[in-house]
Amino acid sequence: MEVLKGITTTIKEGEKVAIIGPSGSGKSTFLRCLNCLEDPTSGSIIFEGVDIADMRVDINQYRRHMGMVFQHFNLFNNKTVLENIMLAPVCLGLQDLRAQKFQNSLARVKNFITGGKAPVNEITKTKNEIIEEARENAMRLLKRIGLEDKANAYPSTLSGGQKQRIAIIRALAMKPKVMLFDEPTSALDPEMVGEVLDLIKQVAEEGMTMVIVTHEMGFAREVATRVMFMDDGRILEENTPQELFSNPKHPRTREFLSKVL
Amino acid sequence: MGSFGKKLKRFWTVFYEYDGYQRVLLGLRNTVYIAVLGLAIGIVIGTIIAIIEVFPKYKRLPRILDGICRFYVGLFRGTPVVVQLLVAYYVVLPLIGSNLPALNVCVIVFGLNSGAYVSEIMRSGIMSVDPGQLEAARALGLSYRVSMMKVVVPQAVKNILPTLGNEFIALIKETSVVSFVGAADLYVAFNYIGTNSYEFMVPYLVMALIYIVLVMTIAFFVRIMERSLRKSDRRN
Repeated sequence: MEVLKGITTTIKEGEKVAIIGPSGSGKSTFLRCLNCLEDPTSGSIIFEGVDIADMRVDINQYRRHMGMVFQHFNLFNNKTVLENIMLAPVCLGLQDLRAQKFQNSLARVKNFITGGKAPVNEITKTKNEIIEEARENAMRLLKRIGLEDKANAYPSTLSGGQKQRIAIIRALAMKPKVMLFDEPTSALDPEMVGEVLDLIKQVAEEGMTMVIVTHEMGFAREVATRVMFMDDGRILEENTPQELFSNPKHPRTREFLSKVL
Repeated sequence: MGSFGKKLKRFWTVFYEYDGYQRVLLGLRNTVYIAVLGLAIGIVIGTIIAIIEVFPKYKRLPRILDGICRFYVGLFRGTPVVVQLLVAYYVVLPLIGSNLPALNVCVIVFGLNSGAYVSEIMRSGIMSVDPGQLEAARALGLSYRVSMMKVVVPQAVKNILPTLGNEFIALIKETSVVSFVGAADLYVAFNYIGTNSYEFMVPYLVMALIYIVLVMTIAFFVRIMERSLRKSDRRN
């Protein structure tokens, strides 16, 4: 089944792109293609000069620089809040450490045999330092959203708004270069939408590159630097929010906006 | 009642004054040994098979492995465990020229057998975990293997723990056939007491009681374990 039909666009560093459109228009699929959660059947996705849609590249290396926030939060149910935030930084940090150690011993053996001077990189952090650093970072982020007292709680005891804010800082803990939001407020109670949007706004103001699929038109208008309107797997119109909302050019955009605004 | 008292006395003579109780203890040890090690092997094999079966099959290697796993599960679910024991001990062992003790053969056969069952249990457990959990882990840059091991499988195990407890109980009971290949379990011990006291009523009654106590103890521990694993749920 073909969902996306010939989408070509460029998202520059620091841009905040909001994607709007009716249900089933391919907004989420497009977003999930950006970090290859959905494998595109053809075409390419260039991230920092590398085509990550290519099956030969190690997608995990690129995904860690792309944070993603889901509609249904997807916090790990079997882990506490703190463990949720620390899992990826610790796992990947230790993985890198092991890889580095292996490379070093390989280089040493090679140097010993050939008498050459293959570079041996100093290991600057120990295992415990990586874990401690991840913990400090996680606590700092928790403090920022005012949930440091929930560090040892399990996700099932939290409200939707708290879960989503933790999901956002879990993504931020990897220090991503771009954040992808897949309808971050659609599954929330109306009174919790505000706190999540405020946090996203803060992150946006810090200069994070963002792609947001959203139904919150007011939010898109306020935060986005560019708004895309998608329907039937195509980008029908993209423009600055002021232009697109006040002066839509495509008849389908006009129809959609007249219904939702 | 008088005749039952006489029977009880005869049983007690062989059980206590001869070496009956030693054989019972040995039999009990062997029964638990086979069931525990069998389940441990079964869980390892079952988890590996389950992960292979839920692995996305774009490439050739996972598809080949999947075929092998299906054959394995079909083979071990399609034959009774007695037949597997007999084939392993009297066909496979002579063919490869090994003289492994009967007890170890039992451990291996029960491990392979429960692996086939645990794989199905584990697969349903993995499929019961919200796919969003795996997606969230992958989106953070964790590999498929790490995501499964740290996020999906622990949740799956929590979901299937009662079923896994049932599997262990079934395994305990199934070990009563190991005497077919000459391993000494509870049945062998009580059969010995019966033969030596010329009466079988009390020995087999006591054997039944021991099995019941064993199974109820396991059920109790499974429940405790389940409760401690459920601490991440709201309802506990």
